[in-house]
Amino acid sequence: MAGKDLSRRAVLGAGAGVVAAGTLSAPAVFGQPTTTIRCGFWDHWVPAGNDALRRLCAQWGERNRANVVVDFITSVGNQNLLTINAQAQSRSGHDILSFPTWEPAAHQRLLVPVDDVMQRLIAKYGPVTPAAEYLGKQGGRWVAVPAVSGTQLKPACVRFDLLQQHAGIDIRAMWPAEDRAGPGADQWNWETFARAAEACNRAGFPFGLPMGSFTDAVDWLGALFTSYGAHVMDERGNPTVRGNAKLRAAVEMAVRISRQLPNDVWAWDDASNNRALISGRSALIFNPPSAWVSARRDNPAVGAQCWTVPVPAGPEGRYVGYLPYFWGIWNFSRVQGPAKELLEFLSDRSSAEAQTSTSAGYDIPPFISMNDFQVWANEGPPVGTVYNYPIRAHHNARTSVAFAPAPPAMAVQAYNQALNTKLIARIVQANETVDQALTWLERELNTIRRGG
Amino acid sequence: MPADGTLAAPVSAAPRASSLQRLARRRTTIAFVMTLPLIAVIAGLVAYPAGYAVYLSMLNRRMDAFAGFLNYEILVESETFWLVVWQSCLFAVTAVVLKALIGFWLAHMLHHIPAKGQRKWRGMLLVPWVIPPALSTLGWWWMFDPTYSSINWLLAVVAVPPVPWLGEPWWARASVIIVNVWYGAPFFMIMYLAALKSVPEQLYEAAAIDGATAWQRLRYVTLPMMRNIISITVLFSLIVTFANYDIVRVLTNGGPRDLTHLFATYAFQVGILSGNIPRGAAVSLFMLPLLAVFAFFILRGVTRRNREMA
Repeated sequence: MAGKDLSRRAVLGAGAGVVAAGTLSAPAVFGQPTTTIRCGFWDHWVPAGNDALRRLCAQWGERNRANVVVDFITSVGNQNLLTINAQAQSRSGHDILSFPTWEPAAHQRLLVPVDDVMQRLIAKYGPVTPAAEYLGKQGGRWVAVPAVSGTQLKPACVRFDLLQQHAGIDIRAMWPAEDRAGPGADQWNWETFARAAEACNRAGFPFGLPMGSFTDAVDWLGALFTSYGAHVMDERGNPTVRGNAKLRAAVEMAVRISRQLPNDVWAWDDASNNRALISGRSALIFNPPSAWVSARRDNPAVGAQCWTVPVPAGPEGRYVGYLPYFWGIWNFSRVQGPAKELLEFLSDRSSAEAQTSTSAGYDIPPFISMNDFQVWANEGPPVGTVYNYPIRAHHNARTSVAFAPAPPAMAVQAYNQALNTKLIARIVQANETVDQALTWLERELNTIRRGG
Repeated sequence: MPADGTLAAPVSAAPRASSLQRLARRRTTIAFVMTLPLIAVIAGLVAYPAGYAVYLSMLNRRMDAFAGFLNYEILVESETFWLVVWQSCLFAVTAVVLKALIGFWLAHMLHHIPAKGQRKWRGMLLVPWVIPPALSTLGWWWMFDPTYSSINWLLAVVAVPPVPWLGEPWWARASVIIVNVWYGAPFFMIMYLAALKSVPEQLYEAAAIDGATAWQRLRYVTLPMMRNIISITVLFSLIVTFANYDIVRVLTNGGPRDLTHLFATYAFQVGILSGNIPRGAAVSLFMLPLLAVFAFFILRGVTRRNREMA
């Protein structure tokens, strides 16, 4: 057949084509990225906070010939929650996403188990903080890796001058920037705290503790309740309100403290307490160092008088509010293996330190052994002001998530409905009795329980 | 044109058309084809989301099993939910009535301004309605801010004690209504102004000859002529106000003690924040019967009046 004749020109043409194709594809085989991983990380509050993740991802991508595409998704207006839910519904989107506190539990069936990653990390760095395990380990499996970026604690940020002047407490001596507790640290409990709140309120510098429905409010009250052993639901989701003496004691203490707060705290959001501190109106707030960082910039005189100390202890121990982020991999991702490697890289000590340092100490690593980064000792003025921001051994403290140990699916509902602050508001603002308010709480918890 | 509705064509000159061609030539077919884009839009953007919302509301929290009406049952038994229903009605009805009254008054004022200066005033009065509500509400939030309220600062100048605008339940309710009225009144104003301009001048002249007072002119001429536009505007505004989200979300986040939550903000809290999308869908669907009742009565009135006028 004429068409099948092999001419000299055809042979040359075909040969040139083969050479060209080989040359063009060579970089793809030997030099160019072969994998693309799309990450949606939380858009950090701290302005430079995203830089570390961007740099680390680029670094890992270069080493592993992978193209890591990084998007930063803000939590303003709950944009990150909307993104997570949209991707979960459509089964498409990023490969890795940052999941705030309760989201790994909510989307556990769509997340790739990361037990292998966590086993290796735990073998290297020791145990993770218990609250991270409660939120990230579902049904005995790790469904997401506790993240460094975005994870925060909420210890007390104190105006040490005001506390000394009006309550007679030398908080810097009590909690120095060293690995030891100072004189009076053993008396840093809720009783002392309530007396200090009364003294500072009398002096016109009330503590700035929000009592609304935002996370800062729910978290500080959650830590207080936990330190009294006051749980409102057990591990199986049964309400434990009735006849709960510990709960009643915690409620009474919370009521006592809240009567010493400004009368508008019931409408405060997560920024109101920061403003109260920065403006010099408040002697104490519960917050990560972001409030102090803003004070240092906007009102240096106030910033220089701030000192971060552990949360007061209760009869059952010292607990600090914990609001973590997690990195999860969707099970519809096509690059699950490389995504796990990337998360392991982002969680190692040097990467964690890079993230924490870039965020001026804001980010808390999940591994207890990493609570000794230099950034917390060096930040100032005053130098050492955030030394006690991470949990140190001498704090004898643990992380707390409000409404734990209830099953996360139920706890998240109680948390977002701010049942603990509403309980106190009913007593203080609406003048209900403790019994009436507790009866209301039990009804709400039963409604949550019924829906599962 | 033949009686069967097909397009006229010289049968003898053209070859016999296939059945497909005949179908394509039918007026009904053409009409159907031309409305297909609209049908697709309604099906895709209205019917499907509505149906999907109903479907979602009948799933369990994990969305892996059918739960029937369980989410609705739980809501009906929830104290907080009935608080939300009551507040939504209070918010919507109060805000719409105030918007209608203020809009009517503004429209009258504008109507009597000489045409030359009217445009300027009309433009200025429309500004609240033109600004995206999320932004303007943020401005209001700064004015109502619990600690640094500029309104309180002004009140302090005249020795009035500070008002806890967002911290005390009734003040908080009043605040969200004030912002909604501020935002929505210009819409009423512009609609009523258009209606006022369409009232024939002869009717007023006839009323004046009959010796009607200003109140009688308003009662027996203006209002009857504007009834349909008032009804439609109220209905439209009621629907939009009932479904309001951003004002409450920015100002109070539903607080204090859930006493300013509306259907939309509560649905978001339950569905997205608390990870219970089916129950969130059930909350938002509860608006439907309420609005349907409102819409039925208002539209029935409009239809009746149209028939009477015809």
